[in-house]
Amino acid sequence: MRRFVLIAIPYLWLLALFLVPFFIVLKISLSDAAIARPPYIPQFDWAEGIWAFVRELDFENFIFLTEDALYWKAYLSSVKIALISTALTLLVGYPIAYGMARAPEEWRPTLMMLVILPFWTSFLIRVYAWMGILSNEGYLNQFLMWTGIISEPLIILNTPAAVYIGIVYTYLPFMILPIYAALDRLDGSLIEAAEDLGCSRAQAFWLVTIPLSRPGIIAGCFLVMIPVIGEFVIPSLLGGSGTLMIGKVLWEEFFSNRDWPVASAVAVVLLLILVIPIVLFQRNQQKQAEAEQ
Amino acid sequence: MIQFRNVTKRFGQFTAIDDLSIDIFEREFFALLGPSGCGKTTMMRMLAGFETPTEGVILLSGQDIDPIPPNKRAVNMMFQSYALFPHLSVWENIAFGLKRAKMPKQDLKERVEEMLRLTRLEQFAHRKPHQISGGQRQRVALARSLAKAPKLLLLDEPLGALDKKLRQDTQFELMDIQEKTGTTFVIVTHDQEEAMTVASRVAVMDHGRIVQADTPAKIYETPNSVYVADFIGDVNIIEGRATPNDGETYRIDWAEGQEPLTATSAHPFEKGQACHFAIRPEKVTISSERPADAANAVQGKVHDIAYLGNLSTYHVELANGTIMKAQSANTRRISRRSYTWEDPVWLSWTATAGVLLAD
Repeated sequence: MRRFVLIAIPYLWLLALFLVPFFIVLKISLSDAAIARPPYIPQFDWAEGIWAFVRELDFENFIFLTEDALYWKAYLSSVKIALISTALTLLVGYPIAYGMARAPEEWRPTLMMLVILPFWTSFLIRVYAWMGILSNEGYLNQFLMWTGIISEPLIILNTPAAVYIGIVYTYLPFMILPIYAALDRLDGSLIEAAEDLGCSRAQAFWLVTIPLSRPGIIAGCFLVMIPVIGEFVIPSLLGGSGTLMIGKVLWEEFFSNRDWPVASAVAVVLLLILVIPIVLFQRNQQKQAEAEQ
Repeated sequence: MIQFRNVTKRFGQFTAIDDLSIDIFEREFFALLGPSGCGKTTMMRMLAGFETPTEGVILLSGQDIDPIPPNKRAVNMMFQSYALFPHLSVWENIAFGLKRAKMPKQDLKERVEEMLRLTRLEQFAHRKPHQISGGQRQRVALARSLAKAPKLLLLDEPLGALDKKLRQDTQFELMDIQEKTGTTFVIVTHDQEEAMTVASRVAVMDHGRIVQADTPAKIYETPNSVYVADFIGDVNIIEGRATPNDGETYRIDWAEGQEPLTATSAHPFEKGQACHFAIRPEKVTISSERPADAANAVQGKVHDIAYLGNLSTYHVELANGTIMKAQSANTRRISRRSYTWEDPVWLSWTATAGVLLAD
């Protein structure tokens, strides 16, 4: 009985906070838009029963998504931005994680703290701060012009570059922490063994350190990529109108157009796209757990 | 083959190796034995190239190895934790060093297979290290470190993680493999029994120095110091003052009102010099009557009996309160044991049974 309660709690949690909202969204995505409050005509009515619903069922909102190029371009662009920024975050994050794992034992808690510290400030405020840094009259341009490296201010804000900077900055801890965890567990004698068997430092890194931190790399990449695909705040604040991302489209569809059914359809398709990396991520975690037994 | 010449290694203020010189010979099975922190692992890591001496030189076949990085040394190491690569199979682990040496594929395959046969791991070749037992892992580690046919193999507490029975079997296996391959083995251990079993020569270390380096038998029978006598095996140590008799025999006055002991020593003692007389428990005979012809005999009563199955160790309390241990083989069933607690007994030994050690 107690075991049942213990198992039931997380499932109830999932049911109440994920599954039920998802079905509401799914239901809205299958209904028709209307000028009403809420702005859709429910397709499903308890009074008429399930058969009436099935008879009336159409996927017009989903079909609409395929007809307008905006949507698939936005999905594609989101995936592209997510992939590139994940790669960039990995490039920046791995050396940091490596340095942390190699740092003297007594420094590590401090370094860990420094990685987590940005979370103490609101995410939104930090993104606004980047606007102040990257704008034409921002600190970065002021500094570069003061040093004389450039004479004209660089246009960074409202370009994809600003979005990448914002994403890498925001999601860096999610990349660093799993990689650090993997590297921290790495037995130093493995590197020594590799060197003892004839590896140079670089070979030992490539043949031992990288493969053994792979679960951390994969976990970090998924932790960054999955939320970035649906990211809304960073592209809308730093990316300007030129950056097309599905999160922004979704927001506009929902709040500007008040087309809840189409917005819901966009959300459902986004979820389907995300299911693939999430399943892969889960499999990676499971494989890692098996390997550790 | 290996020569340590006045090697000193310091870590900050701490001196791990203190002005140490020793030669290790070709095809030798050499054991470094000592308590933890005595510097034995540091010595091994210097041979492997992970540490460099602060002072002095280490010569391998006459060549100073200090400038040679670990990946270029003809020395391989078997790590205490085995350090098997968890992402590679047993086969790939063994092949790892050979691949780095760019061995042709066919030779590599043969060599790995040979190593697998040597360590009886053929059927586990494609398992990952976490899928095999501790004893098998230990053999993989050994195969991997032997694969490159090093001139010198270093073994860092190789059997520490194994249970006793497996450890004993593996000790003999190690000796077999050492004989078959003809490689020089240097083993680091804190287990004196292990060192005695496998090694042809044992160096007992303490505080960064080698106290004695000799064959296991000599280390055991004629330790050169109280430290070695006490570290290796069980021993009774009696403090006293030596007085030379004729020849190499000495009289030892060790307690008020007790008969002096007689012992021989190749090492000369002056009259009245403080000495320690060390004798192994198995060389002390226990009897209920005073033996007529014994050179040394002391009386006491049985204080405790440790029954070890094949042996019994009697802790005998002498008149002045000293506890002396005597060991005898249990050739008869325990119910027919001749002595029991509180029984008065005589302990006796010959003049040559023990060793006389200076302070």
